[in-house]
Amino acid sequence: MTVLNENLAPQTPAAGQTPARRRRKPLATRAYKVFRVAALIAVVLFLIAPLIWMLLASFKTNVDIYDTGKSLLFTPTGENYANVLQRNNYFVFIFNSFWVAFVSTALSLVLGVPAAYAMSRFTMHRSALVVLMARVIPGVSLLVPWYYVFSNLKMVGGFEVLILSHMFVALPLIVYIMMSYFDSLPLELEESAQVDGLTPIGAFRRITLPLSVAGMATAGILSFIFSWNNFMFALVLSGSKTKTLPVAIFDFVSYASIDWGGLMAAATVVTIPIMIIALFTQKYIVSGMTAGATKG
Amino acid sequence: MSVLNTSRGNTSRGAARGASRGTARTSGPQRNFSAWANRHRKWLFAAPAMIFVGVLIIFPLAWTLYLSLTDSQGSVRAATEFIGLQNYATVLADVDRFWPAVGRTLTFTGLALVCEVVLGMGIALLLWRPFRGEKWVRVAILLPLVATPVAVGMMWRLIFDPNIGFANQLLGMIGIPAQPWLSGQDTALGTTIFMDIWQWTPMVVLILLAGLTSLSEEPDEAARMDGANAFQRFFFITLPLMMPTVIVAILLRGIDALKTFDILYATKGKGGGSFHEVETLNVYAYGLSFDYNQYGLSSAVLILFFMIIIGTMWLLTMRKKAVS
Repeated sequence: MTVLNENLAPQTPAAGQTPARRRRKPLATRAYKVFRVAALIAVVLFLIAPLIWMLLASFKTNVDIYDTGKSLLFTPTGENYANVLQRNNYFVFIFNSFWVAFVSTALSLVLGVPAAYAMSRFTMHRSALVVLMARVIPGVSLLVPWYYVFSNLKMVGGFEVLILSHMFVALPLIVYIMMSYFDSLPLELEESAQVDGLTPIGAFRRITLPLSVAGMATAGILSFIFSWNNFMFALVLSGSKTKTLPVAIFDFVSYASIDWGGLMAAATVVTIPIMIIALFTQKYIVSGMTAGATKG
Repeated sequence: MSVLNTSRGNTSRGAARGASRGTARTSGPQRNFSAWANRHRKWLFAAPAMIFVGVLIIFPLAWTLYLSLTDSQGSVRAATEFIGLQNYATVLADVDRFWPAVGRTLTFTGLALVCEVVLGMGIALLLWRPFRGEKWVRVAILLPLVATPVAVGMMWRLIFDPNIGFANQLLGMIGIPAQPWLSGQDTALGTTIFMDIWQWTPMVVLILLAGLTSLSEEPDEAARMDGANAFQRFFFITLPLMMPTVIVAILLRGIDALKTFDILYATKGKGGGSFHEVETLNVYAYGLSFDYNQYGLSSAVLILFFMIIIGTMWLLTMRKKAVS
């Protein structure tokens, strides 16, 4: 591991020593260092540049968007955002998205956390498989029967049906993340609490639950993000009053023409809140995305 | 496994008895309920979630299976006739829409997966050892991952616009003629695969990085002592040890890639474009159900699609077991 370990050097105390006293590095190591920096810059640019382009376009007039000479130098305008937020009443859609994501996440946590606990402690792998099946099935195959039942119950277009369908996405995710979280919590803590006189459920409530706040945050944040981004269920099951942001974006696309400025402003309005949440909760998202992945 | 379960069950039951003795002051029925709840907490905890998911899955799946044997179309409420396996025969003989859609689904998933895993492994190796500015790279990796797929589709639609898009401006700078990207019949699928790679490679990176970090250093150290170079150590030590994690990444990403809908619908609209150039099985089934109300036919497509997904997963899990 010579090559890679050398890169640790600048961070170790040895970095303070004068270059002359340090061991001369082989050419290959220096070449790798240069390559690594260049590759990392390329990766960051590749991932960030499109988002910046979207942001820039959202501050352009449609005339400027069509003028390739004004790619980077243009007079920014807030017109698109005013248009999106006022004329198209996006505040309602923002509220809808937020409400559906929030309630479906909360309810899924209530159902999912105890389930994940039981499945982890009693190694109910077959039962867990039932819940995880939900991730494998194509959503369309559920939508036709749901649509039939829910439209007969006059529920299509209401919040309840959206929340139910988003819970369906959230619950397997939460069970999956919390199972691997509970697997990592030592059983001894609960056992000693039971020796001290707590009932098993009491031990779960007073010992295990408080200890799994971090895990629940991970599961909750990820489920919120997935619900916020969900498109297909809302496309079919939401009504004009319960439309969520991903569906509302399509208001800017018509057969005749696309209002690019407005569309990019709308896309930015959808994406920014979830990105801000993600930036503040980075470590939870990373641990959620990788939950259970390394156990093999 | 069974030994472990019984012993665990016994301890908890013993503890429950001890605990109910401790709370003897509470009234009879309440204590009985509490004791009952504690004894049956396994199913008390697990059942609500399982019933919720079960009802929302099992009933629709059974319904889809039933619909696939009928000529249901038009309104979901209309009376339908049982026609046996005729829908399946129709679908399997359909070389205009169904088989191309199967091909596109497999092409999309296969190409996206290969690129994402290779790129993801490369990026994960770059990030493996600490370096300055690590925080910024992590932020960059997180942003595509949480961005709303529909908004991402719209964003790329502007960038890949043949006339005003940034992609063709960039090509112009280095003297390559403009490409039709999303509007070309041959290029559209490739362009959407590129979008999928942009959005989901970060997830593969995160999973593989978690795997790399949890690897033991010893085999690698030993190989270094024996004079293996970086490439040898990667291909003969790190990669084999990483195989179970790689397969988990392929499994997680593969399931979602097979079902891709948002980006395809956002960039090409209903039917995957006017020539169905990006119509995958998911887009096809969605169109049959909600644009053409061909419920019987679409159910047959969905059952076949589901079988493809289960088959792929089964193959991968077998492979994973063989590796680990």
